Amino acid sequence: MALIALKRIVKAGFINFKRNGSISWAAVLQVVNTLAIIATILLLQAVLHSALTQIKDKVDVVIYFTKEASEDKIMAIKSSLEKLPEVAQVTYTSAEEELRLFRERHSNDYPTIQALDEIKENPLLANLNVRAKEIGQYESIANFMKSDNALVLSSSSIVDKVNYYQNKKVIDRLNTIISGAQEFGFLLTLYFILSSIIITFNMIRLTIFISKEEIGVMRLVGASKMHVRGPFMIEGAIYGGVATLITVILFWPATAWLGRNMTGFLGINMYDYYASNFLQIFAILLLSGIILGVISSFLAARKYLNK
Amino acid sequence: MIYFNNVSKVYRDATALLDVTFTVEAGEFVSIVGHSGAGKTTLTKMILAEENPTDGTVFFESINISALKSNDLTKLRRRIGVVFQDFKLLSNKTAYENIAFAMEAVGKTEEEIASDVPHVLELVDLSHRLSHFPSQMSGGEKQRLAIARAIINQPELILADEHTGNLDPVNTHEIVQILKKINDLGTTVILTTHNRGVIESVNKRVITMENGKIIRDTKHSK
Repeated sequence: MALIALKRIVKAGFINFKRNGSISWAAVLQVVNTLAIIATILLLQAVLHSALTQIKDKVDVVIYFTKEASEDKIMAIKSSLEKLPEVAQVTYTSAEEELRLFRERHSNDYPTIQALDEIKENPLLANLNVRAKEIGQYESIANFMKSDNALVLSSSSIVDKVNYYQNKKVIDRLNTIISGAQEFGFLLTLYFILSSIIITFNMIRLTIFISKEEIGVMRLVGASKMHVRGPFMIEGAIYGGVATLITVILFWPATAWLGRNMTGFLGINMYDYYASNFLQIFAILLLSGIILGVISSFLAARKYLNK
Repeated sequence: MIYFNNVSKVYRDATALLDVTFTVEAGEFVSIVGHSGAGKTTLTKMILAEENPTDGTVFFESINISALKSNDLTKLRRRIGVVFQDFKLLSNKTAYENIAFAMEAVGKTEEEIASDVPHVLELVDLSHRLSHFPSQMSGGEKQRLAIARAIINQPELILADEHTGNLDPVNTHEIVQILKKINDLGTTVILTTHNRGVIESVNKRVITMENGKIIRDTKHSK
């Protein structure tokens, strides 16, 4: 019995969608607007994430060791650091390797290389390059190096300097900017999504308002609330489904153009991102569209179903 | 079957019904007459619980209509067939679908719908309009379709509110004859009208209303 009722509701929803013609398509286009905003925000977040990742990758802390520090002791510290949950990667560079890299970097800078040759001994220090998982975790890593933590043993005597303290101001500022950008992005997303949901809700409410008298008639001939409301909810789901298809189709050429012309500016190839995350984006849009359509229809029809 | 017990309905500054008491027995054909604003439509709305009394009680058999919860009210409405002056058909459904909708509402199967709908359309002489939408039909056809929808589930009561108000004399006569036939088969009929011709052709009990009050209740109009 319930299955027959469900089948009838679904069938009525599809028939209503077809017969409502331009009203249905007006609602679909409004849902397309909302979904396009959601899709744009998803892509912008990818751009923001990529930009922030690039900035984060440029931030590190380097621990320089004194000339007397043995490689064994440095390796013990490396292993202690790798055990810290905040640490993503620790890279050891010996003083010799550091010198080789320095020469390579300044191979065209003759006065510098000449000055280095005149010193005769290697002025550069062995070091550990530490990358944290999050930019805000560098302070705790630096504090760990300062502490008398048993893991560090008597390392303080062999640590020459930790450049975090020189870079602290820049790191803190970057941290603030990144957090701010994420919060601003979230608020902007929330604003756009909420405003377009409200507009879409009112558009669907308008389509149901046109049927308010018929809703009353259906109730008077003895139809249950679900029998009346069900087809409207199915229609809402169809708005969401059709709008999702239109949105994802429109975004193919749009992202392809961005990929061809704006990759340098945006930092990522939009088309590649869209193509490789297509299923995920499609699922998010479909779910958003259907939920938006169904809930809007449910709430809008409820108003006329009171008795 | 229907019992109005000292029913009054007061809107902000107008009294639609004042201390109305009457009973309609099962199988009766009752015409409620009166000028516009006499309270006829308010009275039918109370039987359908579209409006609740300000004072007094309306009973359908032993059920207090205004005290019904939404689900029970839906069940009660399935026992009543309604015909309105403005037809109140579902505009985006065909003649067949309008009647099928009423059958679906009471949980009839597809087989029952497929067999009963053509039959009832034949009864009201609309077989040729099966797949037409209300907008493609004349006033008389729309009203016959509304009657077909009202009787399809064999209700215990047919409520016709000014159902001939938009029809010419020929269609009015046809519709009244259909209602009389339905009544002859045992269904209670309550109709409201201000058309004296309708009352005379029915020739059954007439309740006359004026300013929200019953001023006369006679078994025959003549």
